[in-house]
Amino acid sequence: MQRFTVTLVWVCFTLATFPAQAEELALTSTRTLAASCAACHGPNGNSLGSTPTLAALNQQYFIQRMQGFKDGSVSSTVMHHHAKGLTTEEVTAMAAYFAQQPRQTPQPLPHQSFLGAQ
Amino acid sequence: MAMEKITRLPVPTRRQFVRSVIYGGLAFYGLPAFARAGKPPLGHVVVVGAGFAGLTAAKYLREWSMGNLKVTLIEPNPQFISCPQSNLVLGGSRTLDQLSFSYDIARKQHDLHWIRDSVMSVDMANKQVKLTRGSLSYDRLVLAPGVDFNYSKIPGMPSPVENIPHAWKAGKQTLQLRQQLESMPDGGVFVMTIPSGAYRCPPGPYERACQVAHYFKQHKPRSKVIILDANADIVSKKGLFLQSFNGAYQGMIEYHNNSEILQLDTGSKTIKTDFETVKADVLNVIPPQLAGKVAQVAGLNNVDQRWCEVDFVSYASTLQSDVHIIGDSISAGLPKSAHMATSHAKVCAAAIIELQSGHAPNPLPVFANTCYSFVDDQQAMHVANVYRYDPAKKSMVSAEGGGVSAKASLQEGEYAQAWAHNIWADTLT
Repeated sequence: MQRFTVTLVWVCFTLATFPAQAEELALTSTRTLAASCAACHGPNGNSLGSTPTLAALNQQYFIQRMQGFKDGSVSSTVMHHHAKGLTTEEVTAMAAYFAQQPRQTPQPLPHQSFLGAQ
Repeated sequence: MAMEKITRLPVPTRRQFVRSVIYGGLAFYGLPAFARAGKPPLGHVVVVGAGFAGLTAAKYLREWSMGNLKVTLIEPNPQFISCPQSNLVLGGSRTLDQLSFSYDIARKQHDLHWIRDSVMSVDMANKQVKLTRGSLSYDRLVLAPGVDFNYSKIPGMPSPVENIPHAWKAGKQTLQLRQQLESMPDGGVFVMTIPSGAYRCPPGPYERACQVAHYFKQHKPRSKVIILDANADIVSKKGLFLQSFNGAYQGMIEYHNNSEILQLDTGSKTIKTDFETVKADVLNVIPPQLAGKVAQVAGLNNVDQRWCEVDFVSYASTLQSDVHIIGDSISAGLPKSAHMATSHAKVCAAAIIELQSGHAPNPLPVFANTCYSFVDDQQAMHVANVYRYDPAKKSMVSAEGGGVSAKASLQEGEYAQAWAHNIWADTLT
């Protein structure tokens, strides 16, 4: 009986935590995918250059632009090559992710004179 | 490891002391659990190599574990020098100073344990790396050693030769090659050889040809660029580079394919191929490449004894599950680029955090790659793709819709600048 209770508690616990864990994995997967945009759009979507800042961008606007790049209704030089490779779910998840990122003034780069050692 | 500097602390006044006890007590309970217990709850990761891959992995391991992983970085070099844009130093529109950065911000901001040393060997059975000074234990090891050069494959040049730089790692040799171009008389010949098979930065040699031609056009218009490519064709952005070779640099750049070096005479800088004998005034040999030294020392370069095979879900070596390999050292149908290296690093960091927490990592990683090449001092062009993991093929596969620019442009030159600043910021801050 005691064994049964332990098993029951374990099953309930697993059932309760499983969706939470799956949800968390979906979140971290989106975070990893979104981090891949940093090369052009800066850390957490805060750009240091002429590429748009994605941090705190309106969610609907993000989706609209990406869909436009995808179907060709919005012209682009680079973004259509990325948008076409992403699923609608991925675009929606990234829109939500970037909307939540705070807009920050990027830190200056740690420039240093060449020391000649390498 | 007696690496930390010992500093003598000033003696506090009574008031400062009382205050520090109160604040210290508050801080103590605000700290992550391991700071109190002395042991990081998710363990200790040692990262070898602080280039784009290693430094990015270290940063995101700390950030995404919310400080619950201890991260030690081992790097012999005193500063970060960006390979991206280093061809522009040859063209004359960048200085090496503009591409050199301090590690200090990344190190302090992410509380990385930093050891300036080299790894001599890896004891995978006991989970230890041996350095030139001492050794270090790890729970997981991340190797990001970049590429090494295989001179033994070059007939006539079995080891590096002082006045024939590769300049394929940004630094002293970049400056040396630039100086050689500056001292070359007008009417001279610059010869660059490209190895067959995988090498760092596939479009890099062709970008370099454009940059050298850009410099010649302004200062030495009677000079020539000869590309001896061991490959059957231009490896990357072919149509776009041909636009430049046959357009702005027509008559200045000669492209010769299938031109493997049969014999190289280092004294006269003469190269014999199947088709011809070419004499250079300035010779730039880009050597055949393989995984960085540490990966070789660990015996993890199991593909053709050159590259390391990894599981693309976690970047764990297929030979050793607690050793992860990222960046240019891995075997993949993916271009060896800085953006790729940072993408490997992020997927790897996320997977390590899951694994150390007892969870399975994301089974279907997705990431993007964008790579720009400059054709002169202002115009650039790109290749861009999304890659997703294919469990059946066990590899990262290019998603539909990727591609290259229609042509090089000023606008993309600006984007290429933004790319550089943003990837530097992502890696170094």
